[in-house]
Amino acid sequence: MKLKVNGKNHNFRGDPAMPILWYLRDELALTGTKFGCGAALCGACTVHLDKQAVRACITPMSVAEGRAITTIEGLSENGDHPLQKAWAQHNVPQCGYCQSGQIMQAAVLLQNNSAPGDDDIDTAMAGNICRCGTYTRIRAAIKTAAEAKS
Amino acid sequence: MNGPATATLKRRDFLKTAAGGAGLVIGVQLLPGCAVSGDGNAAAAAAETSWSPGLFVAIDSTGKVSVTCHRSEMGQQIRTSLAQIIADELEADWDKVVVVQASGDPKYGDQNTDGSRSVRRNLTRLRQAGASARRMLEQAAARQWQVPAGECYAELHQVIHRPSGRRLGYGELVRAAAQLPLPDPTEVPLKARKDWRYIGRQQPSVDLPAVLTGRAVYGYDVQLPGMKVAVIERPPALFGKVKKLDDSAALKVSGVEQVIELPVLEPPAAFKALGGVAVIASNSWAAIQGRRALNIDWDAGANAAYDSEAYARQLLEAAHKPGRAVRNQGDVERALSGAAQRVKAEYYVPHLSQAPMEPPCATARVSATAAEIWACTQTPQATRRSVAAALGFEEQQVTVHVTMLGGGFGRKSKPDFSVEAALVARAAGAPVKVMWTREDDIRNGYYHSVSAQCIEAGQDRNGKTVAWKHCTVFPSISATFAHGTKSGSAGEMRMGFVDNPFDIANMRLENGEAEAHLRIGWLRAVANVYHAFATQSFASELAAAAGRDPKDYLLELIGEPRIIDLAAQGVEYDNYGDPIETYPIDTGRLANVVNIAAERADWSRPRPKGHGLGIAVHRSFLSYVATVVEVSVSPEGQLRIPAIYVAIDAGTVVNPDHVRAQCEGGSVYGLSCALGQITAKNGAVVEGNFDDFLVARINDAPAKIDVHIVASDAPPGGVGEPPTPPFAPALCNAIYAASGKRIRKLPIGGQLRG
Repeated sequence: MKLKVNGKNHNFRGDPAMPILWYLRDELALTGTKFGCGAALCGACTVHLDKQAVRACITPMSVAEGRAITTIEGLSENGDHPLQKAWAQHNVPQCGYCQSGQIMQAAVLLQNNSAPGDDDIDTAMAGNICRCGTYTRIRAAIKTAAEAKS
Repeated sequence: MNGPATATLKRRDFLKTAAGGAGLVIGVQLLPGCAVSGDGNAAAAAAETSWSPGLFVAIDSTGKVSVTCHRSEMGQQIRTSLAQIIADELEADWDKVVVVQASGDPKYGDQNTDGSRSVRRNLTRLRQAGASARRMLEQAAARQWQVPAGECYAELHQVIHRPSGRRLGYGELVRAAAQLPLPDPTEVPLKARKDWRYIGRQQPSVDLPAVLTGRAVYGYDVQLPGMKVAVIERPPALFGKVKKLDDSAALKVSGVEQVIELPVLEPPAAFKALGGVAVIASNSWAAIQGRRALNIDWDAGANAAYDSEAYARQLLEAAHKPGRAVRNQGDVERALSGAAQRVKAEYYVPHLSQAPMEPPCATARVSATAAEIWACTQTPQATRRSVAAALGFEEQQVTVHVTMLGGGFGRKSKPDFSVEAALVARAAGAPVKVMWTREDDIRNGYYHSVSAQCIEAGQDRNGKTVAWKHCTVFPSISATFAHGTKSGSAGEMRMGFVDNPFDIANMRLENGEAEAHLRIGWLRAVANVYHAFATQSFASELAAAAGRDPKDYLLELIGEPRIIDLAAQGVEYDNYGDPIETYPIDTGRLANVVNIAAERADWSRPRPKGHGLGIAVHRSFLSYVATVVEVSVSPEGQLRIPAIYVAIDAGTVVNPDHVRAQCEGGSVYGLSCALGQITAKNGAVVEGNFDDFLVARINDAPAKIDVHIVASDAPPGGVGEPPTPPFAPALCNAIYAASGKRIRKLPIGGQLRG
């Protein structure tokens, strides 16, 4: 089956039931997409499938056929997406492990809502756990990125 | 300026040339610290002329400074903080500094990244390391110019001859400096505090660019040529073993190559592999699928009857009975019987799992004579020892590379997962990555100890507390290492129990016995979590009983500013391993953070109906933290946290933004401690993932976190753990203020409903 990952064409011949996460990590060495729970409960594996945020840990490869996956490595050319810049400005990450999932989730939020308030952010981001507890900075960074985009 | 980013740049270059083929094999190790520079030629050339004055600094002829970080990076930004310390004394240009991660080696001194001690134990030492190198560069320049060394000084990567204004860059001085003898680091003059350039200032994290682009390399991300992936089905109950294994279905799963049984775990559990059955496969998904297809009959073993609900009742009963006295002053029984009012309460905190976002994961390559480990470990030296013991090797035969850690919180202080990787890799005859899934992490962990406490106090006619009797009962971490231990260790007693700071004439502190049925281990702040919960909740209960404001009453309990001398009372107290003269228990500093947090929260301002404020304060790891939590509790029991106010006195601070971040994150971690629980039935942990082991999510988290850092030139205290213990009691005190409901048993769960 054919698919695109970060703008490049790929041909996948393996088990169509395999979650996208393991294809990205094991076969493409795109390890920015993280394993956190394996059950769509923590959001660490969030990637974009076309323009939607999906949990790569439970989304089978069959769903990706003919579609485009974007991972944290492909979110911007030089790490300068408004969210990446805002994350740096607010020094959001602690251990950083969940942050690619957080950023990918936030990117879809900003696509759909250019000026999210606290409740919008909480609703959109509630599926993404951060055990380091960077939530207040995540909220602030999303608002900064929203302002920068508008 | 960072190792992980540049290490993966090489990988990307490789991918560019190798891309296109399906089933790509990665030919470059993806490790922080292994590649010093993205430019291979420059790195090779520099290596010839690189000069290492001591263990922690290397400078090459281009002037690039490599700082070796011997502590593990798990979100506290220690790689940045330690680099700040060295770069400051070295007078280095920050942009020319890179951080290299040390492997596990006793030559670095202690590397066990726990106990909130990376800065407090290394500030002076690393300042000396930086200053020694600076001194030698100054001397090298003086020699070259043939002028007295006293006329030369270093400033921002150059040595300057004061009278003539001549300058030489650090890179130009490397060859000459390398000829000089190393000075005694303790003799080298250090900078005056006012001249600090990086220490005490915010400096962006050296790992930020790599983290934000997905290029930072964690334990889970390690890939070696020819590497297999394994997942392990471990015994559901501690010390259980395989009775019968049917692996025929597992071996039929495409990609599964081998199924092996691990050695049966004999007590004590220590850092050994838990046992069970490993499924070894060519890729992660096959390993996970293969494990699902295993058919195992377990002999549940000695802990088969462990039921956390029944156990909780036993613990609570024990907490009401007399225990071993660990501190006794005055005559508590007489004071209680003479009191105008007696107040008594029991508290319970369940087992918890550290649940770092990255579950444990280690990769091993083992030959007949050597083993190499790549792991997200907090403790590379213990990893080295444990792996050597498991393989029958000498320590020197084992190399332990430390990756970035996707959180640690104490879980990754236990190297059992690296031992598993070593054993499986040897059996497989190939490099193997052992991945723990979330269920493995939640069900087969080293748990925060479940605890029950009973406190009884007596108040006189004026409401002053004159007697405090407190019994704590919990299965000890010591039982993990000395099977059958039933008493709390001195280490657990010192964490917020025997060091009770209240000025109460009659105080008796006791410890009851409890048996461990799971592996008990450290979780961020350890015994401070439950001891602060009981002590600080009860302080607020005493205020209510006396009809007083909880903050004022807390200050009254703390009493006049004084130094508490536990030795004078014959109390065993090791002060987190640091001298009590340098780090006394200072009630003045404790009261100070209470006052600051209360002031910033505008404590006396009336809040709307359904809102309430709670306060708690705790000294741990030699730092003082007070937390005020504001909550709202709806009539339906919906809890919200509009704001929290944290005041910390951690003495000298290296990077204030890191301290703020730890106060924010440590508070949220404390919130999780009030939301989640680990329970057990038939010896096995019931919870398995984030749907039943609840942790704070963004919609649970405080809307606002205000952090105040007390300006201080006292020696540095800990920062990573101290913000956690006061949070849960401040939260529950706030819930009481808002709703009249007193939470004495965690988790909060459904207690606010109805």
